Order: sequence, then structure tokens, then C-alpha cells
Amino acid sequence: MNFGWQALPVYVVLTSVVTGILIFALGEARQRMRTALNLAGALVKLILILVMLLAIQTGASFEFRMPVLPGLDLLLHADRLTMLFATLSALLWLVTTVYAIGYLEQSPNRARFFGFFSLCVAATMGVASAGNLFTFFIFYELLTLATWPLVVHRGTPEAFAAGRLYLTYTLIGGVLVLVGLIWLTALAGSGDFIVGGTLAPIAAGNEAALRGIFVLLMLGFGVKAALLPLHSWLPRAMVAPAPVSALLHAVAVVKAGAFGLVRLIQDVFGFELALALGLTDLLTWLAAATVIYGSVLALRQSDLKRRLAFSTVSQVSYIALGVATGSALATIGGLVHLVHQGMTKITLFFCAGNYAEGLGVHAVEELDGLGQRMPVTSVCFTLGALGMIGVPPLAGFITKWHLGAGAITAGAPWVVAVLAASTLLNAAYFLPLVHRLWFRPLPATMAARELGISGRRLQALVGPTMIVAMLALFAGLLAGTPGSPLFWAQRMIGDPA
Amino acid sequence: MVHEALIGLVFLPLLGACLAVLPGRFGTRLAIVVGLASLPFLLLPVTLSVLREGAWFYTLGGWSAPLGIRLYVDPLALLMLWMVALIGGLAAAHAWHDFRPGTAAGERFWPLWLLLTAAMNGLFLSADLFNLYVCLELVTLAAIPLIAMAGSATAVRAAMRYLLLALLASLAYLLGVALLYNSSGTLDLYLLPDALATAPAPVTAFALALIGTGLLLKGAVFPLHVWLPQAHASAPGPVSAVLSALVVKTAIYLLYRVGLWSLPAGLLADGAMLLFAVLGAGALIYGGVLALLQDRLKLVIAYSTVAQLGYLLLALPLASLAAWQALTYQMLSHGLAKAAMFLAAANILHAIGSDRLSDLERLDQRTPLSLFALAVAGVSIMGLPPSGGFLAKWLLLEAAWRGGQWGLLSVLILGSLLAAAYVFRVLAAALRREDPSEAEDAEGISAIGRRQATYAMLLALLALVTGFAAAPILELMATGIPPTWGAA
Repeated sequence: MNFGWQALPVYVVLTSVVTGILIFALGEARQRMRTALNLAGALVKLILILVMLLAIQTGASFEFRMPVLPGLDLLLHADRLTMLFATLSALLWLVTTVYAIGYLEQSPNRARFFGFFSLCVAATMGVASAGNLFTFFIFYELLTLATWPLVVHRGTPEAFAAGRLYLTYTLIGGVLVLVGLIWLTALAGSGDFIVGGTLAPIAAGNEAALRGIFVLLMLGFGVKAALLPLHSWLPRAMVAPAPVSALLHAVAVVKAGAFGLVRLIQDVFGFELALALGLTDLLTWLAAATVIYGSVLALRQSDLKRRLAFSTVSQVSYIALGVATGSALATIGGLVHLVHQGMTKITLFFCAGNYAEGLGVHAVEELDGLGQRMPVTSVCFTLGALGMIGVPPLAGFITKWHLGAGAITAGAPWVVAVLAASTLLNAAYFLPLVHRLWFRPLPATMAARELGISGRRLQALVGPTMIVAMLALFAGLLAGTPGSPLFWAQRMIGDPA
Repeated sequence: MVHEALIGLVFLPLLGACLAVLPGRFGTRLAIVVGLASLPFLLLPVTLSVLREGAWFYTLGGWSAPLGIRLYVDPLALLMLWMVALIGGLAAAHAWHDFRPGTAAGERFWPLWLLLTAAMNGLFLSADLFNLYVCLELVTLAAIPLIAMAGSATAVRAAMRYLLLALLASLAYLLGVALLYNSSGTLDLYLLPDALATAPAPVTAFALALIGTGLLLKGAVFPLHVWLPQAHASAPGPVSAVLSALVVKTAIYLLYRVGLWSLPAGLLADGAMLLFAVLGAGALIYGGVLALLQDRLKLVIAYSTVAQLGYLLLALPLASLAAWQALTYQMLSHGLAKAAMFLAAANILHAIGSDRLSDLERLDQRTPLSLFALAVAGVSIMGLPPSGGFLAKWLLLEAAWRGGQWGLLSVLILGSLLAAAYVFRVLAAALRREDPSEAEDAEGISAIGRRQATYAMLLALLALVTGFAAAPILELMATGIPPTWGAA
């Protein structure tokens, strides 16, 4: 055990834990103090992560190891994949915190909300920096626990019903992971995450067992990643407040599942072994089916947030699709989408929150002409929608280009057809929204409707929305420059250290 | 020095019980210091000696076995003694406010509490079946008036029922002991295996069956648990905590001692272990389902105890090192978590005057710290990380997997899903807001209430910490593995 400089990933996790505990301890009334704590916690975390990024550039490595059970360590480390996910989470957490402070102003139970919000991010950081599957599992389950109070935050019967569904899915998913993990530990002990995996030497003679383990873990992670047919909790969880939905979809829960799938293929089995066992095909097909299915269902939703939710079901599977397709280009496409989808989707959710808070707009039909009423939000929404569709040179295009080109080099041209179909469907469910915003006349009732919130609060919501929209925009525009998500993903695959 | 400490573990609480009878505040306060606060300090040298030299016997008064009385301390006994000192200590701190020394209630409460502590410590140290009988009897006789002290009609009825069944159990146990003594000529637990090898088999089997039945009844093992839920649910808060965390475990502890230390390996032992496993599985499922159906918080927690005791029996047929570590760790983490839950439930009951689930709405506003303790302890009960309960369950699952026990594996998983269901049912009830526009009420908690909530939280935090600091405890437990399960 080493609690010094090397153990920085522990402190990254602990900043959020401590923030959360302090917020609980402060209680409901001390609002200024809570806001200051929230922002300080988020900033400190971001700074720690930037320090880690710089140090890793110069060749430093971070690792914290603590034996918990015989042969099982709690291991937190920082490899490139960790940094990709951790940077995204820390950045978006800061922005989402600012947004949530504005969003929840004057609503009850804010101490509880922000406390669990922080714990949720702590769990996400743990998921990002877990160095073996055992540690990953610990934080993966912690994430389930920390998110539930956020999902049921409103305390309505509807919220509790959604919370029950969420728990049923995620806890059963957790059991699947647990059984797979026990099986794996009994078979091969607990290996650290290493690019290329650690299972290849024992594969001979254990093919059936390894296949079983893979399927269990894949389904377990698939629940949170909302893989078909395990996705139905996600649209229902939309009943949570908008910042929670944004965080759930862009950073925390769904991403933790997708991240687990990436770790599973890349760092536990290794792509070669997974391919040799015929397992990647399984995941490719499942992911492709989810991409199409999510888009088709998104088309049919008339509620804005539900449409976005099904869009998430579809888009998150791009990550699994890329990693399971397996060629260098496709993997880069999958990894970079981890970031691109996060930034784009969080923009869209913030916008949906702004419409709902500002003008009480929830349904797609009510968007007509809103470009005049809420121009900044609508510009951001349009950017997000175009990015999701994959219009060049926005982020979604960078993803789809790599995925498509990668699928061809991997000898799976049918994936390109899936991407094309998905893009058409994306356009079919996003473009009408953009059309409504800018080209339909504003109905008289909507023109007369007062803004539901004060101008200052609206600014507190629109500001963060602009920031994430800019992030999403630049992630695409500047994809070719050093420091962009694409640059990181390329470094990761090009130089498998 | 270390011998005196060992004897002190039994005699100082006993002395305390006598002191507590003295009228006035001073006697009781002194009694608590002498009999309870001293325990950790007595345990330290004993722990060091076991760490250094392993398990050892101490012969009282120099009379060696089989004539004399021996005390035996090994890692398992040590674990139980520490649980009495820590969990019992925190529960006593909680009880201090409800049963103030000097008040009428306090005068009745503390002698019994100290007697209970002495009896439990004596039980964990005795190496002799008759002494064990005396201790077991004292534990019951001290626990029952403590339950009745809640004063409600339900509590008195539950205490009566407990009394009658416990007497029946004691009779069965005593009869079995007499038969064993008759056929083997010794009462010493650790000399029995050799003595039994030459004793007539049918008599031995019958005697052991009597002892086993008595212990299963006292340990509230399904289907002999009928007395437990009402008794544990209607007792005063700190008493409930100690009953669930420690008192039922005394019977389970004895079951381990007799079953794993004294029973000669063979057909009889295998059959018994299998029976225990089946009962354990029944307990886990039945207790879990019933916990899910209760509409009072303390009853949910009590049925959860019925379920969780199942874990302590389920893994017996595995007979492996991992299984042993899992069992002992479950003992510890369940004790911590369950005591935290009962203390938290007592605080909630105190603050809002009811523990019906339908009355629990907005607890996060009304009793935030107690609810948090309940939730954190609940994580351990569900066996989710990070918690001691998770590590115990992990070890059990791994042992079951390595042993190829698929049935056991599925029961374990089903049991933990049931636990998740009943814990989250309580938490959902506590976060509900009947009327979203309802104004926040200021936290109506007194300074005492806050202190009592802190004790619950401390226990819950300990349950959380055991989710990380397992390695040293498990290593120690590995050195105390029962002789029939492997070399020590």
C-alpha cells in the first residue's frame, strides 16, 4: 500500500466521497456553503485529473493496491482508457453541477440530491480507474446504489416505480457479473487489466468456461449499457430530474456499462482471444441490433426526453460495436464515441431541461417555433442533433467515419449498412425537431406564455448548456489536433502500452 | 497477566452486575465502567497472545481436565468476545440515554445487561459442556426480562413465549449432555472426540440429536425460529440489537463447537452438516420472503435476522478454509450491520412514534442520520459492496463454486436478491413524500437523539470498514479453522 503521489487515483475518488459526506453533514439549509463545496470538489477533482494527465504524458504511472481478500486486491490505477473516461466525467460533472444548482433552485431535498450526486461521481471515478474486475465490480455496484436515490428523487409513485424497475434490472445485472466474476476467479484468479488480456495462456481446454464467463459478464454490463433486450429501465428512468438524466446518459450509469464491455474485450479477454472464441460476433450482432432498434423506437416517441433516451440506447451501442468489430480504426471509433456521445447527449438533455423549465415544454409537438423564444438553447440543441446524426465535421461524423472504415478493414462490411441505416434513422428523428424549432411558426399560445423561471435562473441553465455544446462542437471540429478525444483514442490504440 | 485478563472477561461484568444492584447512580456508573468499558482493554493482551502463540487452554484453579474446568480461547472465541465488547459497548452507550443510571428503569436494566454480558463472555470461553449449559441458561434468563422491559403487552407475550421455548431447549440440551457424560465419561468439548470413539453409537447419536435440537431452538434456526421475530421486534432498541447481533449467535457458536470440534468425523457428522445446510437454505428463503411481507420496520429487521442466520449454517457441508473464513466473517459483519439497523430503527421509532412502513415517509428530513445508518447497514445485509457482508458473501460464493455446489450457489443468490428487495422496500418507504408541496419540517431531534443516531452510524460505518480491512481478520480466522476441516 502506498498513499503517496502514486495513489493519486484514490484521491480522485475520495474528493467526491468527501464532498458527498460534507454535503450530507451540512444539511438542507446551508445553501451557499453547499454550492461552494460542490464547485470546489468538482474543481479539485478536475485539477487532480489534469495533473495526472500531464504526469502520464511524461511517463509517470499511478497505482494503488490494497489486499482485501486472499488473492484479491483493491486496485486503482490510471491507464489511458482510465484517463479518457475520467477526464470526460470530471469535466462534465463540473458543468452538470453548475447546471443542477440552477435547475434545482428552491426545490426540496437538495442536500440529499447533491450528496448522492457526488457519491455517484465517486463511483464513476472508481469504475474508470479500477485496475481489475473485482475492483470494477465494487464500484459498479456502488454506482447502482448511489444512483437509485437520484432516480426516485421526486418521490412520486411514478418515480418509485421507475426506481424499482431500475433496481430490478441493475441488481440482477450485478448478480450476473458477480457469478461471472466468481467463475473467472475460480478458473484463473484475479488478473489486472492489461491491454490484450491475461486469459490467453489458459484458454486451451477451457473454451466453454471462458465463453460462459464472457456471456455472463457481457449480459451483466449490458444491463447498464442498455443493450437489447436489457434496455427497458433506461427510458423509464427519465422521470428523474434533467441533470440526473444528463449524467446518467452521458457519464455515469450507461457509460459504466459500456466501459465495462470495453474492459472486458480489451483488457480481460483481449480482442484476439475473444475473436478466436467467436465471442466478438455475438457482441457485434447484439450491438448492431440495439443501434437499429433504439433508433426505430426513438422515432415513435412524442415525449422529448423519451426520444432522447431511446437515442441513447442506440448511440451507446456504437461503443460496443466499435470495440467488438475490433480493427484498429473501429476500436478508435468506439472509444472516441465514449467521449463524443457523452458531450453531445449531455447538450441535448440540458436543452430538454431548459425547454421544460423555461416554457413547460415536454412534447415534441410543442417545439414549434421555439427558436425565436429560446434562441441560445435552440442553437445548442441543433448543434447536438446534427452532431448525433453525424453531419461532418461534427463529433458524430468522426465516430461514424472511423467505425465504418474500421468495419471494412475488419472484413465486416455489413456494419457499414447498419451505420448508414442508423444515420438515416437519426436524421429521421432529429431533423423534424430542428425543423420545428426554426421553420415552424410559433403558436400564439406559446408566444404569450411567460417564462416559468427568473432570468437569472435561466442564465444559470443556459450557460452550462453553451459550454457543453461548445465542447461537443470542438471535439468534432478540432479532432485532428493534439489533445482532442480522437487524438487520445489514437494514442491508445496506436501505442498499446 | 494474560490469564488474569481472560478471567476478568467473565468476572468483571459479573462483578459489575453485583455493583449495579447497589442503589443510587454511583453504583451503576461504576458497574458500567468495571464491567463494560474494561472489556476492550482486557481483550488486547488476550488478542496479542493468541496472535503470537495460537489458541490456548487455561485451567481454572489448577485442576486439570477431565476433573477440572478449563477455559479455551482461540480465534473464533476471540472474534465473538470482540463482538460482545464492541457491539455490546455501543448498544450500551445507546441504552445509557433510555435507561439512565439512577432512574427506576436504569436500576432494573443494568444488572441484567451486565449479567448478559458476563454470561456471553463465559459461554465463548468455556470448554466444558456443563459450564456451557450454565452460561447458555444465564444468557436466556438475562435476555428475557430485558425484552419484557419494553413494557408493552406484545413484548411481555413475546418474552413469555421465548421463555417457554428456551426452557424446553435447555432441557433437551441438558438431557443430551447427561447422556453424553454417561456414555463417554467427560464433559470437556475438546476431549470428547476421543471419548466418543469408544462410546456406544446409538446413545451418542441420540444425545447429540438432543443437544442439536436444543441449540437450533435457541439459535432460532428455521423452522424453530417462531419465537424470534416478535421477541426481537418488541424489545427495547439496544436489547434488540444485542439479541440479534450476539445472543442468537451464542447458540450458533455452540453448534459450531459441538459440531465441528467435538463430533468425530464420519457419517453422523456429514448427515448433521447436510441437515444444517438444508435448514440454513430454508431460513434464508423463508426469512427473506417473510421480511418482505412485514409492515413494521423492526419486524422486517427481525425476519432479516432469521434469514441471515441461514448463511451461518448453509456453508457447513463445504468444510473448506474459504467456507470457514466466510462463516466467521458473516458472523462479524451481520452482527455489526444488524445492531446498527436495530439501533437506527429504535431512533426512528423514538422520533416519529411509529415504525409502520406507511408512517415512515420523509425520514430523510426527519431522522437523516439514523436513516443513513439504516441504509449503510442495509448495504452490508444485502451483501453489496463495499461492506463486510459483501466480502462474506463473496467468500461463500467462491467456496460454493469451487466445491461445485450449484444448489447452494443459487440459494445464496436468491437470498441476496430477497435481501435487496426488503431493504430497498424500507428505503423507498422512507424517501416517500406523500404531498410534494408539503413544507419541510425542521429536524425535530434532540441532542440525545443525535447522539443515539451517532451510535447507530458508528456501527454501520464499522460494517462498511469491514468491507476493506478484511485481510488481517481473515488470516487470524484461518489459524482457527476447526480440526475436522483441515490442519490448523
